[in-house]
Amino acid sequence: MTGTAMKVMVAMSGGVDSSVAAALLVEQGHEVVGVTMRLWGGESDTGCCSVSDVDDARRVAQQLGIDHLVFNFSDDFNEHVVDPYVQAHTTGITPNPCIECNRHVKFARLSERAELLGFDAVATGHHARVTPSVSGTGFELERGADRAKDQSYVVHMIDQAELARTMFPVGDMTKADVRAHASRLGLRTATKPDSQDVCFITSTGGRTAFLGHRIPFRSASVVDTSGALVGTVPSVEMVTLGQRRGIGLPGGGPKRFVVDIDVPRAVITVGDEADLLTPGHHVGAMTWVHEPETLAAFETVLVQCSAHGVPQPATVSMGADLSMSTGTDLPMIEVRWLEPQRRIAPGQSIVLYDPTDRFVLGGGIAGAPLLR
Amino acid sequence: MAGQGSEQQQRGGTLLRVNTADPLTYLDHAATTPMRPEAVEAMLPFLTERFANPSGSHRFARSVRQAVDEARDIVADAVGCKPGEVVFTGCGTESDNAAIVGTQRRHGGVAVCSATEHHAVLHAVEHGGGRVVPVDAAGRIDLDALAESLADDVSVVSVMAVNNEVGSINSLDAVAEVVREHAPQALLHTDAIQAACWIDLRTITPHVHLMALSAHKFGGPKGVGALIERHGTVLEPLLQGGGQERDRRSGTHNVAGIVAMAEALRLTDMERVADNLRIAALRDRLVDALLHALDDVIETVPRDAKIAGSAHVCIADIESEALLYLLDEAGVCASAASACASGAMEPSHVLAAMGVDKRFAAGALRMSLGRTTTEADVDRASAVLIDAVHRLRGGPR
Repeated sequence: MTGTAMKVMVAMSGGVDSSVAAALLVEQGHEVVGVTMRLWGGESDTGCCSVSDVDDARRVAQQLGIDHLVFNFSDDFNEHVVDPYVQAHTTGITPNPCIECNRHVKFARLSERAELLGFDAVATGHHARVTPSVSGTGFELERGADRAKDQSYVVHMIDQAELARTMFPVGDMTKADVRAHASRLGLRTATKPDSQDVCFITSTGGRTAFLGHRIPFRSASVVDTSGALVGTVPSVEMVTLGQRRGIGLPGGGPKRFVVDIDVPRAVITVGDEADLLTPGHHVGAMTWVHEPETLAAFETVLVQCSAHGVPQPATVSMGADLSMSTGTDLPMIEVRWLEPQRRIAPGQSIVLYDPTDRFVLGGGIAGAPLLR
Repeated sequence: MAGQGSEQQQRGGTLLRVNTADPLTYLDHAATTPMRPEAVEAMLPFLTERFANPSGSHRFARSVRQAVDEARDIVADAVGCKPGEVVFTGCGTESDNAAIVGTQRRHGGVAVCSATEHHAVLHAVEHGGGRVVPVDAAGRIDLDALAESLADDVSVVSVMAVNNEVGSINSLDAVAEVVREHAPQALLHTDAIQAACWIDLRTITPHVHLMALSAHKFGGPKGVGALIERHGTVLEPLLQGGGQERDRRSGTHNVAGIVAMAEALRLTDMERVADNLRIAALRDRLVDALLHALDDVIETVPRDAKIAGSAHVCIADIESEALLYLLDEAGVCASAASACASGAMEPSHVLAAMGVDKRFAAGALRMSLGRTTTEADVDRASAVLIDAVHRLRGGPR
């Protein structure tokens, strides 16, 4: 995607990665406009959208000599990210809001706006790469060069049409390279810490305060796998599958994990690690980088279940019973681990990579575990 | 690294050149107006040799004091009040806050305002637990609803003379009558910040106790305003301090700003009738061109209910942010609603209060004309705007 000068809209959060992304595009001779999205209108002390982050983005843009705009997508963000996040917790589902923001806002709303306004491409500061397809047509979505900072997991939903107009300028760099480049340019964001948390959840109040203001919490009984009552928790909505702490059990005993959450009955089951293991998962709402048929080329694939999780080998079968789907009519697959793995909390994203662990094949949302 | 630095400076320099030398079509007079050259001229001596503090006790101070006193006379004349009723402030927002918060601190009670007030009034009223009165479809306060909201507990009523977004004019005469009848104890404040260019302030003043003005909306500098406090109205000052401004406002006088504000208001008052006629014709030309060329565009407020400088339209099936980008790209300066601290456009509380259909409100565009607007400006703006709307409605290419 390099070589000819294009008109590029770069999403600038006010962090170092997107600052350097903008700088690189300018250095490459593109016509660049920086945009900061205003997404969350409420209280925030962690992520993007604060006035000082917009200040940082604007000052970097000024230093680079590019225009900087602020787009207000807070309605879209509420509709597609915050409200579903809150609702999901009432049904025992744990979504990843950053992925839904990428799916519905950055690589949809912003990208459509950019196209409408005559931009050839949208760039972000994600550590991922768009590379020419190995098969010769289209593009691959490849992990970032810095494996420790790779963000291909959170942008896995970008399809071919979108990849053709997406640029990740820092994807070939390590984080250290990015910071060094920012320092060389004297960008004010050079030493700014990485944002870690969900932007609309404050570090002081946390998830509990955020959800507690929006949904009623119901206390739940905690039982062991034999059904015996072993404790209570104040809110079934706050419990996540696999959780170990904060489930009202005395310390000192064997490690116990949340192995089941029955939201309607408000019962949490705890058990040992073996009770968490499953041979595989149904995965719904699949999106694919190429056609799903490309999967046939691989006997096994690598499957990653969290932003920095270790990918595990698995086989994939298509066309599972759609009645098991996660509420959308997007296709569903079955992922079967080569070795049993811990169950994935429903709502989490599951992303498939090729056996070399370089290219994203597709991804979806964790549904029910396979029983056998 | 020196090479990198100079390259950046060069880019910065290029940007500056683009911003100032390229033709700009400025249709954002409601945001701020270009300063009148006479006002610039008037303020310069006080930024240079006449720097004394007017509250001082030496002859140097006294000569500056005289300039402030003369400015006060000029403002009073244009407003139609006594010089002693003019209190210079730091900005329009301060004037509005001083009126509402100052009344409540002095007299207690609650504040009442219309739903389409500028945030300087609306937020001050809401912060103090006040009541908000609905408006009609043209953005004017609903007088029946106002009457219903008034009671013994109301200490101040605030109704803007001219709305800053859509340009609607409230009849303060009628508002005053309702307030006198239903809350005779209440003070009536008007935010006349958008009125000065268009309406003879002397026609408003007799009906109100308090009036807020802001210099940069009529060719004066930013950072200076006035609060007219009539009929011996006594408020609690917002700022505690030396009481330099007639014991009603503390802080050293912004002498240059005050002098320039007076000069700008004097000229505005002199030229108002002619400007109204000329600018109304330009506004009509602009809006007629849009209505003729584009489907599904509404003129937000009828022409007989708004000021001559207001060309606010709502364009269906497009988004203001996208439209403003294309206008900006073509060098046309306009706006939509107010922006938040980050610079993002907020949905307009004014259009919501007026009940404008969301399909149209999403495509709100405020073009505001003023003293320096030319026929070439409005012709260029309408051509650019029509092209941009076609492009946005055509969808992604």
